[in-house]
Amino acid sequence: MERLIFLIVCLGAFAFFFKNIFRLVATICLGRAENRFDNLWSRCGSMFAYGFGQLRVIQKKFGYNHYFLFWGFMTLVLVNFEFLLNGIFPEFSLDFMGVLYVLLKFAADIMSLVVLGCVVLAIARRLFFRPYFIDQTADAFFILCMVGALMIAYFGQHACEIKLGHLEGGMKMPIAWALSNFFSAESAGSLARVFWWIHALVLLFFMNYLPYSKHLHVLTAIPNCFFRSKDMVATVPRLQFKKGEEFGISKVIQFRWKDLLDFMSCTECGRCQEVCPASNTQKTLNPKEMVHQGKVNLFTNSKAVFATRPADMLAPAPKDARMSVPLINGSDKSVSRKAIWDCTTCGACMQVCPVFIEHAPKIVQMRQHLVMEKAEFPEELIALFENSEQRSNPWGIAPSDRAKWAAELNVPMITEGVQAEYLFYVGCAGAFDSRARQVTTALTKILNAAGVSWGILGNEEKCCGDSVRRLGNEYVFDKMAQANIEQLKKYGIKKIITYCPHCYTTLKNDYRQFGADFEVMHHSELISSLIAAGKISPATDSAGRVVIHDSCYLGRYNNIYEQPRAVIKACSGGRAPAEMERCREKSFCCGAGGGRMWMEELDGKRIYLERTQEALRAAPDTIAVACPYCLTMYEDGVKDEKASDRVKVKDIAEIVAASIS
Amino acid sequence: MHIVVCVKMVPDTTQVSIDPVTNTLIRDGVPFITNPYDTNAVEEAIRFKDKYGAFVTAVSMGPPNAESVLRKAVSIGTDRAILLSDRAFGGADTLATSTVLGLAIKKLNEEQPVDIVLCGKQTIDGDTAQVGPGIARRMNITQLTLVDEVISVNTEKKTIRVRRKLENYHEIIETKLPVMMTVEREINTPRYPTVPGRLHSDEVRVEVWSNAQLKLDTATIGLPGSPTQVRRIFAPEREQGEIMMGEGPDCSKAVEAFFEKLLDRDIVHV
Repeated sequence: MERLIFLIVCLGAFAFFFKNIFRLVATICLGRAENRFDNLWSRCGSMFAYGFGQLRVIQKKFGYNHYFLFWGFMTLVLVNFEFLLNGIFPEFSLDFMGVLYVLLKFAADIMSLVVLGCVVLAIARRLFFRPYFIDQTADAFFILCMVGALMIAYFGQHACEIKLGHLEGGMKMPIAWALSNFFSAESAGSLARVFWWIHALVLLFFMNYLPYSKHLHVLTAIPNCFFRSKDMVATVPRLQFKKGEEFGISKVIQFRWKDLLDFMSCTECGRCQEVCPASNTQKTLNPKEMVHQGKVNLFTNSKAVFATRPADMLAPAPKDARMSVPLINGSDKSVSRKAIWDCTTCGACMQVCPVFIEHAPKIVQMRQHLVMEKAEFPEELIALFENSEQRSNPWGIAPSDRAKWAAELNVPMITEGVQAEYLFYVGCAGAFDSRARQVTTALTKILNAAGVSWGILGNEEKCCGDSVRRLGNEYVFDKMAQANIEQLKKYGIKKIITYCPHCYTTLKNDYRQFGADFEVMHHSELISSLIAAGKISPATDSAGRVVIHDSCYLGRYNNIYEQPRAVIKACSGGRAPAEMERCREKSFCCGAGGGRMWMEELDGKRIYLERTQEALRAAPDTIAVACPYCLTMYEDGVKDEKASDRVKVKDIAEIVAASIS
Repeated sequence: MHIVVCVKMVPDTTQVSIDPVTNTLIRDGVPFITNPYDTNAVEEAIRFKDKYGAFVTAVSMGPPNAESVLRKAVSIGTDRAILLSDRAFGGADTLATSTVLGLAIKKLNEEQPVDIVLCGKQTIDGDTAQVGPGIARRMNITQLTLVDEVISVNTEKKTIRVRRKLENYHEIIETKLPVMMTVEREINTPRYPTVPGRLHSDEVRVEVWSNAQLKLDTATIGLPGSPTQVRRIFAPEREQGEIMMGEGPDCSKAVEAFFEKLLDRDIVHV
């Protein structure tokens, strides 16, 4: 009788579970198509390293708590499989595994205690030393208590069975054996089944509760690591501009399927919030919240889509599907416009996310909708958009002034027939901004001193379109990218040197979507290789104590961390530069990326100030940067902090140029 | 309601320089743009469309490539675009230009009565501010120049109330439609075209009217119809400015010295 009841409960629970799983898969399928089934081996590698190996989880100390919870769970999955089958077929056992089975039972015994310990720690952390980026939710406590109850029931049942002699105790199950001493034979007899049922019911309930809670990640995190983006920092896909299409994303079903899986994979661990420059300076954007809003928005709107079609259909949502809640603005299940414009696309959130959620492309695609479909964006951007489109630079300076900086420097012009190995793609800042022009001049000095074969495109050079793209004006970016590539190909350009990391990543990575395949070098790469090859030998140490800043688009976007350090080291008599508290992968944005350079920063603390103060805490004589935006931001910050007389902000090229005289 | 908005293609004057030897404009490689004042006129026309459901026709006189500025007008919502293009129209001054535009708008008026003709206050290449009033004169309708705010339109009584920006004061005027209105840049912020709007404008047919349609006497248009003669073009000499630096934390001395200079040069008076 008991077995029959259990059979019914168990079948019911599994039926409900698989129905939910199917529903989740169907929900993911609502998204747009994208191929994430390439490079299966490297994907498997990612899955093992980051899914099973939890490599990103354990980058924070408390992550080990999760690590043990996770592995405890993995062990217990097998044991619970046996437990459930055993409930229906009392004869069933995994003991055919022999010595492995003994090991498994032993491991399960130990791991159950470990898990219990982890649960207690996790509860204590949330209660007594909760980090600000983790929200106090009833859901989390409920889940933790359920896990705890599972472990207690597990021990209770096994201890009783050992007492009753149904199980062999001793060192094969040391903890349950030790606990068995607390039970008398009678109590063990009556309690064994009680514990068994508690364990069974909690287990089946837990399994079915997962899809309704943030612990859905138990099911989605590992696939999400498998389907991660191959790019260092994922960018938006290229669009086709055909009449009748919708551009950008205003409905959650317009995301690609992996984005929808992202929404389901978030555990709200808050690591993205902890590193986000916007969240850190009291802006509206909180990447964790955005992903959560995406998730509830998806679940709410998917119901509306499922109501209109057969229940067993696995296919993208129809284009004209009606949404019950808007994705952008309008409810607590929507992402606010303000948040969308707060992002600097620095990629810090994506760098720390343990399950590889891709935040920035989602934000940029929502911007695309606002810009291209609605023409609704912060008003200061209209000048940027028009200047970029009409005059191919953000300031709207006459293109005929682009090469003015080169007038007295005798710069070789590729446009005038000079044959050169490298094109020095100066970039808008390097050509027009008076401060950045000093860096351009410094770099020309280095190129000449090292005997590099180089030239520029003069007034014919065009803006790469970085800001325009990050701000969601894909239509204009598309035209700029095509025109640029056509021109670079016309002059037979193969190798390009850039000074600006934004030009760098745009030419190197974004333009690939448009069929470009240039060999692009950032000046830090080139200079460090020139020093290594002995083509230039920095002598004088002019910069004093140098603290280095990693630009987002150089570091996180392109993994360039060592080269700028090598350059500074060579110019400082072999001394490595000082580091800030947040450096390398964890570097904190200067505030100018993602087109924020051209926008007002009205809420909260200025990002550049937050970062400059951090740099000044390292007591530098020089703050070294390798990006024109960072240069501007730090110079403003140093002025605001009234430190201009003691601290200089310099590009690494300037530091080198000063030391090769 | 039918609005006709006039737009002109102009060289991007911030990129134009004057050849010091020949005193002519160096236009090599200088891109053409919509006259900035006209972008405000188009925006105002589209606002009439949004508010009153007006039908908006954009008209431009210029060479065939001036079609691009009409397409821009279409990309933000203009319903119909007409380019007045003929070799006979070339070399026109403001008088001859307003003759052609005036007649074209009269023809449009016959098809569908025109309530408001909108023009930018002036163009950035000529800076005369004469074409708008010239059109009003030829159409024999009221002219409202230098408008920086449309206060209200009464569609039943067919009246309009606007604010004009004059040198030292504002003037509020109410008058009967139809009117010709020239607008200041402050009147609005032109909207940014949406991508669907742009894709639509790429496909739209721009009507081209030549003098075969307008049948104007060639003596009244183009170069022969232009009494204006350009004797000389030159860049005004600009006197070199100077930088004054104060000394020490006390700024009063520097301010004193500064005002003395202003007094010396007769820029301020005691």
